[in-house]
Amino acid sequence: MGYQIFGKREFYSNIKGEHSYFTVRVSDQKIHSNVNDVTLMASFDAETIFRHFDEVSSDGGIIYDSELENVDTEIVRTLDSTFKERLHKYLESKNKPFTISGVLEIAKEKGVTLYPVSFKKILENLAQEADNPKLRGLIRMYNVIGVSLSLGLIKMPSDSLLNSIDTIFSKKPQIAEINKQAANYSYNYASKLENFEHSLTGTTKQPYTILVQGHYGTSIGKIVAGCRFQSYYPITPASDESNYLESNEILQIQDDRPGSTAVIQTEDEISAIGMMIGAALTGTRSSTSTSGPGFALMTEAIGWAGINEVPIVITLYQRSGPSTGLPTRHGQDDLLFAVNAGAGDFPKIVYASGDIEESFYDTGRCFNYADVFQLPVIHMMDKFLSSSVVTCKRFEPNKITIDRGKLLDKVEGEYKRFAFTDDGISPRSRLGLDNGIFWNTGDESDEYGHISEDPVERIMMMDKRMSKLDLALERIPDEEQAVSFGAHEHTIVSWGSTKGPIIDALSMLKKEGIDIGFIQIKLIHPFPTDYVKSLLKDTKIIIDIEANYSGQLGQIFKQNILKDIDYFILKYTGRGMTSTEIYDSLKKIVENKADKREVLTHGA
Amino acid sequence: MALKLADYKTDVHNDWCPGCGDFGIVNALQMALAEMGIERDKATIFSGIGCSGKTSHFINTYGVHTLHGRVLTFAQGGKLANPEMTVVAVGGDGDGLGIGAGHFVAAGRRNVDMTYIIFDNGVYGLTKGQASPTLKLGEQTKSLPSPNTNYDVNPIGLAIASGFTFVARGYSYDVKHLKDLIIKAVKHKGLAFLDVLQPCPTYNDINTRDWYAGVDLAQESIERHSRIYKLEDTQFDPLVHYDDEIEVNEKLSQALIKSLEWGTKIPTGVFYQNELISTYTIRLKDKIPNYLENPPAKQKISEDGFPITDVSKILDSLQV
Repeated sequence: MGYQIFGKREFYSNIKGEHSYFTVRVSDQKIHSNVNDVTLMASFDAETIFRHFDEVSSDGGIIYDSELENVDTEIVRTLDSTFKERLHKYLESKNKPFTISGVLEIAKEKGVTLYPVSFKKILENLAQEADNPKLRGLIRMYNVIGVSLSLGLIKMPSDSLLNSIDTIFSKKPQIAEINKQAANYSYNYASKLENFEHSLTGTTKQPYTILVQGHYGTSIGKIVAGCRFQSYYPITPASDESNYLESNEILQIQDDRPGSTAVIQTEDEISAIGMMIGAALTGTRSSTSTSGPGFALMTEAIGWAGINEVPIVITLYQRSGPSTGLPTRHGQDDLLFAVNAGAGDFPKIVYASGDIEESFYDTGRCFNYADVFQLPVIHMMDKFLSSSVVTCKRFEPNKITIDRGKLLDKVEGEYKRFAFTDDGISPRSRLGLDNGIFWNTGDESDEYGHISEDPVERIMMMDKRMSKLDLALERIPDEEQAVSFGAHEHTIVSWGSTKGPIIDALSMLKKEGIDIGFIQIKLIHPFPTDYVKSLLKDTKIIIDIEANYSGQLGQIFKQNILKDIDYFILKYTGRGMTSTEIYDSLKKIVENKADKREVLTHGA
Repeated sequence: MALKLADYKTDVHNDWCPGCGDFGIVNALQMALAEMGIERDKATIFSGIGCSGKTSHFINTYGVHTLHGRVLTFAQGGKLANPEMTVVAVGGDGDGLGIGAGHFVAAGRRNVDMTYIIFDNGVYGLTKGQASPTLKLGEQTKSLPSPNTNYDVNPIGLAIASGFTFVARGYSYDVKHLKDLIIKAVKHKGLAFLDVLQPCPTYNDINTRDWYAGVDLAQESIERHSRIYKLEDTQFDPLVHYDDEIEVNEKLSQALIKSLEWGTKIPTGVFYQNELISTYTIRLKDKIPNYLENPPAKQKISEDGFPITDVSKILDSLQV
């Protein structure tokens, strides 16, 4: 079809039964985020209507099952009492009954076009036409019916719909057939409904475009970067990545025999990081992927990797904390925790990706940083990214480079793993290498790696390790440290997945002649103070945008740049930011009407 | 050039207490490595935290002194990334059966081909003698303010229940026997567990060298009467010969019953051995056919600084 899409899944921490929904935004231009308004809502249960009816814009439409019109809020058991109370109050104020009809009346009064369709009748008619009475009871097909109705309504050619069904049910041709029957029937049914003024009939295809899910960037990035060992413990939203690596464990290698990734499910996150470090000591590029609570269990071993100068990459898919928090919802709550993770002073790198495409290339960078500077690298990702489905430019593996730093292939003469060198980085042997014997210990050690409590040697070892932070700032190119989308009188500083909605919000403002700058900080630790300072030299008002309560990047920024943040735009509902709400807050800031803390709330 | 015992020793100063049982274990380990002729750079000793954790520094092979309770995790990761290496993990009973008990059980289920030796002395020596998991309920070693309030873990029983495929016990003052057990454990195909009774002369004043030697029993009867005896001197057959459920269950049960023997007669030697259960590396090989020839640590990942992994098929499948 040629469209660019931005899709996002939302779901409860439950296996099935609770409310899940998927929002997809479609454009002929590159888009990076969702907006508040929904143009067309395809619902196939009552809860969706109760929770989302007011998101549909006045020129939009709602497809719904007409059998549900009399359903009231009490029947929908998955509506929690807090939500119901809020909804009831609202309906009372509008003088409407607590039913589907009641909420739909409100939508209709706003201008929304309603498309009532009896899903039951569709199945009955379909059963009759196909002479297959079994179809009558197949309510599992409601989703295909809903999707097909909506595509019929927006006049999207049906071949992509039918192809998708073939792909999804490629191993079950009979089921594919039944679904295609239902799809065709519903698609054609939509043409008999009232005309919907929005249509998507296709646009010019952009070459080299791929459709990716959230974890594909880091997963495929790890494969390309040569990560050959990944240990993990299941946790939302990080395990999809490990699952993907295991599903693709045998790898094609140019002009060589196949390679492979050993993916090991461990008994807990402590074991995951322990195994990863053990594997990294053999010279294998090794990694794990986790979320906040799992990362918390890893902190002791991160310190071990720090003092022993072991290159490891931890991909941290953040979710909302504290503790279990909102386990399937978004949050950028763990930045300060990542920067400070582990007992004692030791060097590490914390690096943040802004979108899925970026995360592919950043994964390559993270492994290089780990190898070159011989330290743990924490790659910050989050639930917003992991549950997005987007179109982007096809990943280009040859834009990833592989730099193993001072990793040795052979050792001659006496070897000292922690030898003092000019740049603080010692040549690195690996377990099993001829003549490369070394010792590791979580204690302070001498150059061989044997325990040492000598006070003079202690200073030298601490200085050697910690000097790598300065070295990293010196050697990591500016454009990898932070990305400037322009700096103006008002400039945003932000990190991670807020990038997409910020870029879209800025282009909305630009259309109105409002220029706001944006510095996306990628290297969070060590903080690129000099470079960020230079980027902000003409900025007067600094706006920090983050999906957490306390403005964690803002704190790091202030500590390093010695400047206050003027405005915070924060969100901690567990739902991702939309470009609309960032736009609204930025506009208030420019107009001097904003609070110092703008707290965003959109999303069910 | 044949390697001698001295080649496996480092010149690191050993700061264990005089008379410590740990010395016997380190000597036995060095003797076993020398006898098997394992190249120094093809072996890694992983160790936990505590007195026993220092072991890796005294042996002249690769040595990785890890974290408290986590030695098995590091060791398994190293072995799975580089399966050609001989891997021996060591640690105390507090390390392996207290803080690390979860990893102990999980390691048994994996059956990675390596050896795990527990230095079993009933106390946390390096933190000045608190009760550790193998100290019996009600016993009061000399630095305990009151008798131990916890029941003891049965290391042999736990290993058997967790799926270890070689389970044995040694005594640190019978170095030759211990050396033979270590050789058997290292040669075993699968995860081998060796529980080594190791008197702590400073903090465990109950299970002392004299106590194991049965000095107190000798006072009651006339003859000298060591508590320690060897299973191989009895009719006990620990080996599973056939891949047969009835036989396996019998061997597991007899080992478990044997593991409960304590007091005046303490068995050492092999309690259970089963090489018919697949090792973890074989399980990986079933999924990744060339895993053993081309394991993670040996794989080439780049050429002139660029990746050589071809993901074009994956990317083609994502093309829209």
